[in-house]
Amino acid sequence: MSTTPAAAEFKKEAAVITRDLRHRAVIRGALKKYEVVRDDKKARFQNWQQARYLASDIKWDAVNHLDTYLAEFAKNLEARGGKVHWASDAAQAREIILGIVKEKNAKAIVKSKVMTGEEIHINEALEEAGYEVVESDLGEYICQLRKEAPYHFVFPAMHLTRGEISQTFTKELGSAPTNSPEELTMIARRVLREKYIKADIGISGANFAIAETGMISITENEGNARLTCALPKTHIALMGIEKLLPKLSDLALFLPMLGTAGCGQLLTGYNTMYGGPKQPGEADGPEEFHVVLLDNRRTDLLASSEQRDALQCMRCGACLNVCPIYKNIGGHTYGTTYQGPIGSVITPHLRNLQEFKHLVFCSSLCGACTEACPVKIDLHHHLLQSRRDAIAEKAVWWERLTFKACAVIFNHAWVFSLGEKLGRIGQIFHPLIKNTPLDPARAWTASRELPKVAPQTFREWWSHRK
Amino acid sequence: MNITLFVPCYIDACYPKVGQSVVEILERLGHTIDCPREITCCGQPSFNSGYWDETREVAVKVLDRLKDAEVVVIISGSCGAMVKNFYPELFKGRPEEAAALALSEKVYEFSDFLVTKLGVTDLGARFPHKVTFHDGCHGRRELGIKAQPRALMAQVKGLELIEMEEAETCCGFGGTFSAKFPSVSSAMGEGKIASALETEAEYIVSNDSSCLMHQQGLIDRQNKPIKTIHLAEVLNHR
Ligand code: SF4
Repeated sequence: MSTTPAAAEFKKEAAVITRDLRHRAVIRGALKKYEVVRDDKKARFQNWQQARYLASDIKWDAVNHLDTYLAEFAKNLEARGGKVHWASDAAQAREIILGIVKEKNAKAIVKSKVMTGEEIHINEALEEAGYEVVESDLGEYICQLRKEAPYHFVFPAMHLTRGEISQTFTKELGSAPTNSPEELTMIARRVLREKYIKADIGISGANFAIAETGMISITENEGNARLTCALPKTHIALMGIEKLLPKLSDLALFLPMLGTAGCGQLLTGYNTMYGGPKQPGEADGPEEFHVVLLDNRRTDLLASSEQRDALQCMRCGACLNVCPIYKNIGGHTYGTTYQGPIGSVITPHLRNLQEFKHLVFCSSLCGACTEACPVKIDLHHHLLQSRRDAIAEKAVWWERLTFKACAVIFNHAWVFSLGEKLGRIGQIFHPLIKNTPLDPARAWTASRELPKVAPQTFREWWSHRK
Repeated sequence: MNITLFVPCYIDACYPKVGQSVVEILERLGHTIDCPREITCCGQPSFNSGYWDETREVAVKVLDRLKDAEVVVIISGSCGAMVKNFYPELFKGRPEEAAALALSEKVYEFSDFLVTKLGVTDLGARFPHKVTFHDGCHGRRELGIKAQPRALMAQVKGLELIEMEEAETCCGFGGTFSAKFPSVSSAMGEGKIASALETEAEYIVSNDSSCLMHQQGLIDRQNKPIKTIHLAEVLNHR
């Protein structure tokens, strides 16, 4: 494969982390617990498979009529005084958000989890402009203190043990070391409560946007998003345009599905609808409510008749949790906002196929992701299609030559048999060069033994027998 | 029944006993077997690598050579999925599409053929060993094969099946993936073998020799106390 800098970095990091047995054990341990609770909650659905079909149908309709639903959503939200902004790319989204922040003369900004924020690098932009931004989701906050990207888009700090989190807090916040999850949460909570009170802007994401009511729905377990959205005077919600659901009643299916697939909860701790600024007569809520709808090449994906269903994604993370590649290379190796199977499917569309094609090739196509996806995105087949597209755009000359030669070999049984005979001779001498730079099979033999060509092949046996 | 056997390239070269076992089992059941010499490979390596034009060069020949077959049995879930599911995809909108769909209808993976098509599970086999089973991903998820090999193993005398926790987790082979990303592929394989070792089985059994080739390669390199064997060999053991 021709190598881009992103691909070279990916391979280098993958080679290191796959040998890190501690990492392997931490991730496996965390995901084992997830599997147990997920399966328990799945079993409480009358019929999980039927629910997947239904969810997929609803999302498919939403994605295919995005124009109508977006307009409906915007109209309904604006009717209650919400402001809707359309951002065609990351730069425009940053500009819009910075514009609001400047206009409000903001001092402090608090953020709840928003993956699209990572996508447009909003923290960096705000910090560069001199604003302090604090992540209020515990996992995100830990990552922020460590100056790390989220490891997983649902469990950002999944790769860290309690000990490591405690160390981070001790170093950055001066707290006493502890191994208790409750105490660790309390340490973060004390710091964060201060920030909420001071903040004049709250930035959130959205899990769903309901066209019928013009409201956004946010799912969380810590209550931090509620504080982020309700305490500051201005609330900005940033979301991809694909987050739309047609009806409020659709949430009756999607909230339990998201909870179940995402973290093995039938419903997450807090599920809240936000429908605009404080209305006349209301005691609480922000004075201003902005929704930034981000395209950032989602419409390119929409234009792909083959892979459009990837826009059905609700970022539950279930595909990451079952992916053997993700479990072995971890979230940081991807070097992308969205990790795991869905990341490997959408990143080439949202960014660049040639630059990120290593992600579509780094898969055994086992299909565990597709089987897990609650909205039935055909994930592993999309990887296959993107491989085809990447090669059609730009083939690797020696690979093409090899496969052309293979076609000749496979299409002529006598050439194939000759190949087997040569292999039988070759393997006598192979030990001399095995796992050296001269070994043509080194990619295999560096870690594995090669199988041997049998003294008598099946075809030889068959023709002798007849 | 006149059965045309598709013996994948790596089984022909490296695991002839697997093919022989299938022939012997099907003949004992009273069927007539044909193994066309000219059919060598389904073209999956180039297909999964993105080279669909080159794959079509191989696949058109396979379509042609199997067009008159009554029923085709493939001794691999992976190659089975290629012919059954991906040939129609490969030829979508092309003149060969109808032929690909027709072939898809009559192709079976070996264990599926025995249980679903022939309705046989007891082959009179004896294999007095503790085994664990590896579900090859393509067989499991593309073809939906899970119960068939277990139904067959349940009838094998002396065989004790101990399911491993990671039975359905990919072993990391993935064809050309194993050479493109060897470190990732090997780490996946190590996880698989660790799970198999936990069962204290003597053998990892599977209906896919390609997965077993990968696992055996790691087992040999790391001297792990477990062996691999194809389901057909187990079923032909007496
Ligand atoms: S692709 Fe499916 S499984 Fe993966 S995050 Fe999106 S909705 Fe969840």
